[in-house]
Amino acid sequence: MSGPIQAPADEAELAHVVAEAFAARTPLDIRGGGSKRDVGRPVHGAAVGTGGLSGITLYEPAELVIGARAGTPLAELTAALDANGQMLPFEPADWRGLLGSGEARPTVGGTVAANLSGPRRLMAGACRDALIGVRFVNGRGETIRNGGRVMKNVTGYDLVKLMAGSWGTLGIVTEAIFKLLPRPETSASLVWSGLTDEDAVALMSAAAGSPYEISAAAHWPAGDGMPARTVLRLENFAPSVAYRAERLARELKRHGAPDRLDEAASSALWRDIRDAAPLRDAAGAVWRVSVAPSRAPAVALALRQAGGAARLFDWGGGLVWAAAPETAEAAAAIRRAAAAQGGHATLVRGSEALRLAVPPFTPPAGPLAALTARIRAAFDPAGILNPGKMGE
Amino acid sequence: MPDGQTHSTTGIPMPAPDPGILARRQRIVDGLSALLPGEQVIASEDERRAYETDAFTAYRQLPLAVVLPQTTEEVAAVLKFLNAERVPVIPRGAGTSLSGGALPQADAVVVGLAKMNRVLALDFKDRTARVQAGITNLGISGAVAHEGFFYAPDPSSQLACTIAGNIAMNSGGAHCLKYGVTTNNILGVRLVTLEGDILDIGGDALDAPGLDLLGIVIGSEGQFGIVTEAVVRILRAAEGARPMLVGFAAPEDAGRCVAEIIGSGIIPVAIEYMDHLAIEITEGFAHAGYPLDAAAMLIIEVEGSEEEIDRLLERISAIARQCGARTLKVSTSEAESAAIWKGRKSAFGATGRIADYICMDGTIPTGKLPMVLTRMGEIVRGYGLRVANVFHAGDGNLHPLVLYNVNDAGEREKAEACGFDILRLCVEAGGCLTGEHGVGIEKRDLMREQFDETELAQQIRLKLAFDPHWLLNPAKVFPLDLRPAGDLPAAA
Repeated sequence: MSGPIQAPADEAELAHVVAEAFAARTPLDIRGGGSKRDVGRPVHGAAVGTGGLSGITLYEPAELVIGARAGTPLAELTAALDANGQMLPFEPADWRGLLGSGEARPTVGGTVAANLSGPRRLMAGACRDALIGVRFVNGRGETIRNGGRVMKNVTGYDLVKLMAGSWGTLGIVTEAIFKLLPRPETSASLVWSGLTDEDAVALMSAAAGSPYEISAAAHWPAGDGMPARTVLRLENFAPSVAYRAERLARELKRHGAPDRLDEAASSALWRDIRDAAPLRDAAGAVWRVSVAPSRAPAVALALRQAGGAARLFDWGGGLVWAAAPETAEAAAAIRRAAAAQGGHATLVRGSEALRLAVPPFTPPAGPLAALTARIRAAFDPAGILNPGKMGE
Repeated sequence: MPDGQTHSTTGIPMPAPDPGILARRQRIVDGLSALLPGEQVIASEDERRAYETDAFTAYRQLPLAVVLPQTTEEVAAVLKFLNAERVPVIPRGAGTSLSGGALPQADAVVVGLAKMNRVLALDFKDRTARVQAGITNLGISGAVAHEGFFYAPDPSSQLACTIAGNIAMNSGGAHCLKYGVTTNNILGVRLVTLEGDILDIGGDALDAPGLDLLGIVIGSEGQFGIVTEAVVRILRAAEGARPMLVGFAAPEDAGRCVAEIIGSGIIPVAIEYMDHLAIEITEGFAHAGYPLDAAAMLIIEVEGSEEEIDRLLERISAIARQCGARTLKVSTSEAESAAIWKGRKSAFGATGRIADYICMDGTIPTGKLPMVLTRMGEIVRGYGLRVANVFHAGDGNLHPLVLYNVNDAGEREKAEACGFDILRLCVEAGGCLTGEHGVGIEKRDLMREQFDETELAQQIRLKLAFDPHWLLNPAKVFPLDLRPAGDLPAAA
């Protein structure tokens, strides 16, 4: 449905808009910055934007905590953190290149709604792990606070985690509070070339299971005339990075001698991995398959048999980015390949026709589907918040 | 007292037991015995006695019966039966809850997980362990230590407490500053619902499909179902770890030191704070070499290679000196490190030797520490009591121990009232009622201090999505007057 976008100026106004929509049973199409708008099923409803809810509401560097309203551009948050030598631990990805939404601005609310995490997720956790407090408007137009600004809080149920990755279907996040980490003094990467998928995953598992605290591990399979590359990242004080790099190279020498990238080269490489750059120019649909890392090579093999291709392994193999034809058959084959290895697949980029033909998010089955529906109803009884976005 | 409630001997209001259930007791026990082998159903008064309380010993009540299932299928059969009979269910791990999370009711059946304590699978390549939920926290680390791995969240009760209870309470511990709490270290659970459905939520991958149900099951205090298995993240231990002690003449100096350390880019694996009384009590018991002349002390532990540890402790020492540290003592041996931690970990026990106490568990923004410590001192003095403070300084999780004399009936009441005032202060300072012990029965009636009615109603609607008849651990977490009358659909 097209039409004017309602842009409430503050949380109270937003709550009022939702309360009216609840009374009238009007579906709402929730708009953040628009950078991930084409993920999930298209939503038909009256457009409501969070752009009016902007600004950092709390920043205490000594307490490692920052809070911001939902419509705050992520760039504003990261600029404030940069100025104090701090960072969001989960290294949020930027999918604008991948999704062709370059004119849009990723926001705090969208990052939470998508539980958007990057390479450091392997060691430092996902967006949901750093999220310690939220305010949101539920489907009745009520404003709810949960969590807060402290790292340990077990007072009542942890609705904070539930909001992360719910794509606006349980409530409209109006403010989010994150715990932070100091930005490491320096970083470096070790790069091995020409490894098979199996050897790469073995190397990454050995590194992640070592005491040397890698902060990311990714594998770029061979393709486009480039040999395969397997990359480990170290972040810490400079002497620690040097020490750990030397130890890791020695411990993993059966895989060959690695090249070492300094901070600038390392940062550029990891930005590409974070943003799934190898998939940008891929034809067809783009999928993310989440599995236990040791099963990533089997997933990659099954993807090839299904007519797709694994283009990038992140999270030590726990996240496989794949390109595949835009057909329902290929989608079903990818879902089967993931499920056979105990994982699941999410369609991140696909045509509207494909996103209507197959559920972009793996649907829950059996009693889990019924429970999911009851939970939705507990937050949004009239089903007006981004209805159908996640497929159910 | 409102209708439908009874007071326990200690004045904690509890829902009046359902006379219909009490009258059907034999039929319920017979029904359970038909589902489980005889020795797994505990019906005699003598044997039930062991389950009448947990570590919140102020309250005691014999449950209707106790069952000790050995498999997920047995748990499912028991829950399905009790749901059909509309009998309340009290899930229980090891019974170490300090907030009364596992306290029974006269008309409820305790489902204990003590017999489900096996490791089911270890995967060092994927860094996961699949365990039954009745295994102890330390049992998991023990099972993976031979490969140099450990399970990170480390509540003080880790020797005894189960992962089931850790999941119910989203437990923390001293090392959570770096490694996070339970919810950051669990990848999946097998959850049995009241209907007897067995749900696998999450698994061995980092992400699970759909809504983050794992995130709400963890910390739900046994009110959404019974977790029988868990997939936990295991981590490779650092090459080494070493603590140091820093003593200060003023609590404010210690607080500033914590902020300066973090501001310098160092995240120690633990920063523990003890005040003068806690130092004195603990040193008298553990002889750990704590500075008796200090008004406040920090235990700061860092990890890495020997060289890295040396470098970090030097940097921290320099910061501490700038913040006015009087005593600086870096551990030089395994034995000294063990003694330093023995002191900290025995602080509660040592306090119990000199006085009775109630241990509070509020959390505050660390920047508010000086204000909170000052106000707390005033509150405690106002009641004519003493307080010893031990807490996780990196994350602001306070554990004030309010001392009193159990033989003085008035003092117990004063101590409880004082503890509640301290928790109100935590909320007022921007913190919360509980950082790691859970709400349980202890802080149930304080929930309105932190949440308004709309927020509580939203949480209750979520509970009803799992538990429409309000049977799972029903007298916990929410003020009793918020219990819905009759069955409510989640969307009501």
